[in-house]
Amino acid sequence: MTNTEPTIALPICIRAITKTYGDVYALDNIDLEVKSGEFLTLLGPSGSGKTTLLMVLAGFTRPDCGSLLFGDNEVIRMPPHKRDVGMVFQNYALFPHMTVAGNIGFPLKLRGRSKNEIAARVEGVLATVRLEGYGDREITQLSGGQKQRVALARAIVFEPRILLMDEPLSALDKKLREHMQIELRHLHEKLGMTTVYVTHDQREALTMSDRVAVIDHGKLIQLDEPRKIYDQPTNRFVANFIGESTLIPVEYIDGKPCYDGVPLKISNQNAADGNLLMLRPERLTLLDIGGSSDYNCFKGEVGDVVYQGESFVIYVTLTDGTEIAVRSVSQQKFLATTPERGGKITLGLHPDETVLISDQDGGNNCTSTYQKI
Amino acid sequence: MKTLDKLTKPVPGPRTAKIYKRWDGINSEELGQDELREKWALFGLSIPAIILVLTVIAIPVGWLFWLSLFNDEGVLSLSNYTRMLDSKSYSRIFVTTFKVSFFTTLLCVLIGYPLAYFLAQLPKRWAALGMMAVLFPFWTSLLVRTYAWLVVLQRKGLINQWGMELGWWDTPIKLVHNLNGTLIGMVHIMLPFLILPLYGSMKTIDFDYIKAAANLGANPVKAFWHVFFPLSLPGLFAGMIVVFVLCLGFFVTPAVLGGGNVIMVSMKIETLIDLFFNFGTASALGVVLFVLTLMVLFVAYKLLPPDKVLGQGHNV
Ligand SMILES: Nc1ncnc2c1ncn2[C@@H]1O[C@H](COP(=O)(O)OP(=O)(O)OP(=O)(O)O)[C@@H](O)[C@H]1O
Ligand SMILES: [Mg+2]
Repeated sequence: MTNTEPTIALPICIRAITKTYGDVYALDNIDLEVKSGEFLTLLGPSGSGKTTLLMVLAGFTRPDCGSLLFGDNEVIRMPPHKRDVGMVFQNYALFPHMTVAGNIGFPLKLRGRSKNEIAARVEGVLATVRLEGYGDREITQLSGGQKQRVALARAIVFEPRILLMDEPLSALDKKLREHMQIELRHLHEKLGMTTVYVTHDQREALTMSDRVAVIDHGKLIQLDEPRKIYDQPTNRFVANFIGESTLIPVEYIDGKPCYDGVPLKISNQNAADGNLLMLRPERLTLLDIGGSSDYNCFKGEVGDVVYQGESFVIYVTLTDGTEIAVRSVSQQKFLATTPERGGKITLGLHPDETVLISDQDGGNNCTSTYQKI
Repeated sequence: MKTLDKLTKPVPGPRTAKIYKRWDGINSEELGQDELREKWALFGLSIPAIILVLTVIAIPVGWLFWLSLFNDEGVLSLSNYTRMLDSKSYSRIFVTTFKVSFFTTLLCVLIGYPLAYFLAQLPKRWAALGMMAVLFPFWTSLLVRTYAWLVVLQRKGLINQWGMELGWWDTPIKLVHNLNGTLIGMVHIMLPFLILPLYGSMKTIDFDYIKAAANLGANPVKAFWHVFFPLSLPGLFAGMIVVFVLCLGFFVTPAVLGGGNVIMVSMKIETLIDLFFNFGTASALGVVLFVLTLMVLFVAYKLLPPDKVLGQGHNV
C-alpha cells in the first residue's frame, strides 16, 4: 500500500426524503447536502428521526419518497451491501463469534482480498485506533471503549468514502467519551471521509462537527456551523434545545425592539429580527446597580446562588417576574462581591451578544428546490 | 531502618484476598460466620433435589450395574459383558442403534434448520402459529402417531396407493418394516426437539449483526453463512445432542415401523427381559448404552465447550 493519500470523499445529497410509520412522520421532507469530506452531525431530541435518517443513508430503511445521491450516483434503491459506506452501530454490532481481527478483516474478506493483505491492513487500522496487538482478543474480552474502537476500525478498514456513526459514544463514561471525541475528530482529519454523525448530546455535536443539522419531529430545523447554531439559533426550538437560555418577549415601539420601554442595542443586524430576546446565563454580566450605557440592562432581585465548582449561577427574578440565570466564573473577586439573596442586582447584555429570535416553533427553514430523479 | 520502613508501609495497589482473610478487622469473625451459615443454608435448600436425584437416578443406575455383574446362575462374573464382545449380534445392534440415531439427527437437521429459519423470520403472530404446528404432534400419543405412519406407509397404504394410481411407480415401494420406515417415523417424532432450541437461539440473534454484515458488503447469502449460521450453532448443537441421545434409547417407533428388521438396544433389552427373563444381560446392555451415551455427551462437550458455544454474549 503506497497510497497514503486520504480517501477521496463523496458528497451526499439528500432530497425531499420522507418516511412515515403509521401516522408518525419519522422523516418529514428532509433536504440536506453534506459536503465532500465534511463532518456533519445530526442533533435532535429522542425520537426526532436521526437514526431513521442514518438508516436511510445506509440503505436499511426504505423511505416513502425522496432521492439520495452519493456523488453523482442515485443510490436510493441500492441495497445496503452495495453502498460501500462504513457504519458504526449504536451498540457496535461486533460479531461475537469472531475475534477482533476477524471482525475487522471481515469486510476485506468479503471483497476477496488476500490473507496477507488482510492481515497487514488489520494491523494498520488497529494502530490507527491505537489497539495494537489486540487482534487475537475475543470481542467479549473488550471494554466499552475498546469495542467502540474496534467498531470504528471495522467501519474504516475498507476505506469507505462515507462514514456513518449512530451515537457511537453514548455507552462510554464522560472521560472516555471526551477523549474519544477528540480522537474521532483527529481520525476524520487524517482520513477525510464524508462523515455523518448522530448524537443527542449537544456538547458533543458542537465540539466535533463542521456543521450541525438540528432535527425535530423529522424536520430539519437548522443547518449551520456550531457557533452559529449556538449564537444565532433561527427559532425558539433551537434556542431552547441547545444550551441554556431564557426567552423573554420584546415589544416593538416605533418599529424598534424594546425591553421595558428601552430600545435594545443590537450590533448584529442579522440578529435584530424577531420578538423574543435570548438570554444565556454565561452571556450576561454582573453590573453596578446603576447599570451601564454600554449594555442592555436588566434589573431584578437575587434568588438562589448556586456554586458549581468552576462557575457559579445566580438566579434572578426580573421586575416583570421572569426568572433568568446568570453564570460567572468562580474567581474569588467575583464570589466576594456576589449580592445576597433578596438583594437588588443589575445584569448587562452586551450589544454583541444580543440576539432576537422568531417565536415560531420549528418548520422547515431550509428551503431548497429539488427535482425528481 | 530502611527495611523496617518498607515492611510497615502499606502496599499500594489492590489488596489480595489472602491478606484480607488474615487481617483481623472489625467484625471479621462475625462476617465469616455469616458467610459459612449462608453456604449451609444453600446446601440445605438443595437437599430435596439431591434426594430426588439419588432415588430416581443414582440408585436405579447403580442397581442396574449391580445386576449386570451376575451371570445366569446368579454367580458374580463378567460373562454378561464378555458375551457382548464375543457375539457379533450384539455389536450389530449397537451399530444399528448408532446408525439410526445418526441418520435421524442428520435428517432432522436438514429438515429442521430451514423450518426453524423460516419460523424465525415470520412476524410474531405467524411464528406463534407455526410453532403450534410444530408442537402439535406432542398432543397426540407417540403410539398413535407411530401407528398412523404404519397406515400411511404400508404396502397398501396411502402413499403407495397414490403413487401407483398416479403412475409414478408400478410395484409398491417398501416404506415400512425397514430402515426407511423407522427413519421416517423417528424424524417426525424428533423434529420438535431440534426445532425448539434452534428456534430459540435464532430468535436471540440481534438483527443488527445481519445489518452490520450487509453494511460491510455481505450479500444476503454471505451474511447468512458468515454471521447468522455461526450464531445459530449453539441452538443447533443443543438440539442435535438432545435428538441424538433420545434416539439412542428409543423403543416404540423402531419396534413398530422397523417390523423386526431394525433392532435397537432398547428392543433387545425388552426381548431379553420379556422372553428370556435375563436381567443380567439386559442390565449389561443398559449399562453399555448408558456409558456410550455419556461418551457421546463428553465428546460433544469437548468439541463444543458450552461456555464457548452457549455462553456467547449475543447482546454485546
Ligand atoms: N420500525 C419502526 N416502526 C415504527 N415507528 C418507528 C420505527 N422506527 C422508528 N420509529 C419512529 O420514528 C421516529 C423517529 O425514530 P428514530 O429512531 O429515528 O429516533 P432518534 O432520533 O434516533 O431517537 P433516539 O435519540 O432516541 O435514538 C420515532 O417516533 C419512532 O417511534
Ligand atoms: Mg437513535
